[in-house]
Amino acid sequence: MANPAHTLAASTAADRAAPDVAGIVKDAALFALVTFGLCVPIVAFRTDLSQTSALDLVPRWGLVAILCGIVFIVRLAQRLILAGRDARRALTPAPDQATEAVGATPNAAQKVSAYALPAFLGVTLTFPLLVVLGTGGLGESRYWIDLGILILTYVMLGWGLNIVVGLAGLLDLGYVAFYAVGAYSYALLSTVFGLSFWICLPLAGLFAGLWGMVLGFPVLRLRGDYLAIVTLAFGEIIRLVLINWTDFSGGAAGLSSIPRATFFGIPFTADEDGFAAKFGLDFSPMHRVIFLYYLILALALITNGVTLRLRRLPIGRAWEALREDEIACRSLGINTTNTKLTAFALGAMFGGFAGSFFAVRQGFVSPESFNFLESAIILAIVVLGGMGSQIGVAVAAVAMVGGPELLRNLGFLKAVFGDHFDPSEYRLLLFGLAMVIMMIWRPRGLISERSPSIVLKERKRISGSLVKEGHG
Amino acid sequence: MEVFAQQLINGLTLGSIYGLIAIGYTMVFGIIGMINFAHGDVFMLSAFIALITFLIVTTWLGISSIALALLIVLIVAMLLTALWGWSIERIAYRPLRGSFRLAPLISAIGVSIFLSNFVQVVQGARNKPTPPMMRDVITLWTGDNGYAVALSYKQIIIMLTTVVLLAGFWYLVQKTPLGRAQRACEQDRKMAALLGIDVDRTISLTFVLGAALAAVAGTMYLLYYGVVSFADGFTPGVKAFTAAVLGGIGSLPGAVLGGLLIGLVETFWSAYFSIEYKDVAAFSILAIVLIFMPSGILGRPEVEKV
Repeated sequence: MANPAHTLAASTAADRAAPDVAGIVKDAALFALVTFGLCVPIVAFRTDLSQTSALDLVPRWGLVAILCGIVFIVRLAQRLILAGRDARRALTPAPDQATEAVGATPNAAQKVSAYALPAFLGVTLTFPLLVVLGTGGLGESRYWIDLGILILTYVMLGWGLNIVVGLAGLLDLGYVAFYAVGAYSYALLSTVFGLSFWICLPLAGLFAGLWGMVLGFPVLRLRGDYLAIVTLAFGEIIRLVLINWTDFSGGAAGLSSIPRATFFGIPFTADEDGFAAKFGLDFSPMHRVIFLYYLILALALITNGVTLRLRRLPIGRAWEALREDEIACRSLGINTTNTKLTAFALGAMFGGFAGSFFAVRQGFVSPESFNFLESAIILAIVVLGGMGSQIGVAVAAVAMVGGPELLRNLGFLKAVFGDHFDPSEYRLLLFGLAMVIMMIWRPRGLISERSPSIVLKERKRISGSLVKEGHG
Repeated sequence: MEVFAQQLINGLTLGSIYGLIAIGYTMVFGIIGMINFAHGDVFMLSAFIALITFLIVTTWLGISSIALALLIVLIVAMLLTALWGWSIERIAYRPLRGSFRLAPLISAIGVSIFLSNFVQVVQGARNKPTPPMMRDVITLWTGDNGYAVALSYKQIIIMLTTVVLLAGFWYLVQKTPLGRAQRACEQDRKMAALLGIDVDRTISLTFVLGAALAAVAGTMYLLYYGVVSFADGFTPGVKAFTAAVLGGIGSLPGAVLGGLLIGLVETFWSAYFSIEYKDVAAFSILAIVLIFMPSGILGRPEVEKV
């Protein structure tokens, strides 16, 4: 420990860190100044439509000052923390920092995750019961169960997209198109042909998968970012056709009065043949909601199960190999087009299932539910969850979809920011910001550690920093 | 014939706006090989900056000459949008150099979502109209059926500004040290750095120039349509990207050519086929060009190195 070289390094680092405070303050001030420049005039003046439908300007210099202050303090804190960390790093010799310990002994985080997974599953399975007990009534729990359904829908979409983006490394910006195909398949098949949900569900998945193949086939030989843009174009084209082809899709008004879900043929109605009467229960509209909750949970778990199984099959390994290095894959004789196409079609199929669930839950579909933003939200969930990590996607969906909903109900936030404060307004703002920060800070997502799907003799952990992805 | 001539004028006007935005895409792609997905939203933001500056200049400073007001608005919008472009590159893209390939694109999508919602939060979700201005038109000729072919002052201003700025920009890229550094970085970034070119600074300046041209487009868009909303960045952005791809991404004359073509296709499609499907036409062109002709009209075919 008494290595003179280390103490020397430490002292120079300390020397460098200590008098730098003036520099750090200057740097933070520069940031605040740039923020000021960015805020003028877009934040400093709000344009409001007046009575005569001309625009009035309302100055808001106070807000600009607050923003500049926040940026100044955040930058100051960031620089000071970084400087402190650098100094500490210089003090402690770290010969093996470059590679993390690779071994069979699990670290603390892995131990927790071993318990967290069953706990997570347990909570999701018993969620309606917990909520009913917690809120003290079937009717009162509706809000929470609806929120649970919403989150699970995004979990399922996230898992579906994860096959394409996370496993095969293809950036798909038009995923919502397949969600739309699924939703419209169910809506049209059930209203026009009178087919039941249980027949439409596989058909919707099939149609979406077929569309995935049709759209995927010509574009999958493109390089990564071109592929992303073409899928975006396809997503928009499908949405625009749905808006404008009124005879087929009902146009911008959408399709309504889509048949509701039934309990395998038994409708959730109050009369003799209804679910409640058959099972000797008091009628409650909540039965249907709870059924929908378990339906989407089952669909999501199926998606997860299929993905986990596929990862062990040759095709799953080919996906992951493709993500890591396309050129190497081609050299080893993997048919890259077919491999990509299967990932694309499977992802699309699960999107189609989720879409037909969406239609049966809402009883109404319109093209506005399937805009680019929806694709971006699903992509954000996959990216934030750590591309390829199933549990990460679930956590990200809960945080991204559930978080703003919870914020909305927090009374003290209203007290701080005024009555007009609505956190859901800032939801997308935070989404965008989170995507950028995630790419800079942890490009491999919140849960960046993953176990290899194929092992030689013993299972070893791979550190996220040792793996690159998306080359080729 | 008259309808055709009128649509030609309208298409060229729209096309010059797309061309100005497309230059931003093509320059950034040329120099760091990334699709700056947020560029369309930078354009939308610049239209808002132009709108607010215009209101300040006309109502508070009381400048009554529209031409002078427009000039001030143009300069202010270019400067402030350039600052936005610089900051975005600095915060969201620069730390990602050397990260995995899709990281900058995902980050750019994040910036795009951030910008459009930022504008929605600070300016509200409603459409913002400008006060009516410059409604005069010049009637070029009147056909036998009484259809008058007209060229409005707005269109003249838009086309003239585009031509003048493009000429200036062309000079900048071809004849100045900055332009030479930029072209050098485009060809080989590592070699340029070895020869003493500050690559980071050059990339920053590329974003600044792209944003400034987007600001010109934003101002012209505001002048032409007289209304802007926070969601207006996405579709023009994708169309301008289409223009850049069609012209051959990485090629500056290609971007302008592509912009004009996309503008013409869009107006003629609206006039002769159906106005509802004009965006479908633009998006289809994007898909078709990327699939069958990824190097565009004036672009160089890309060689993949192993």
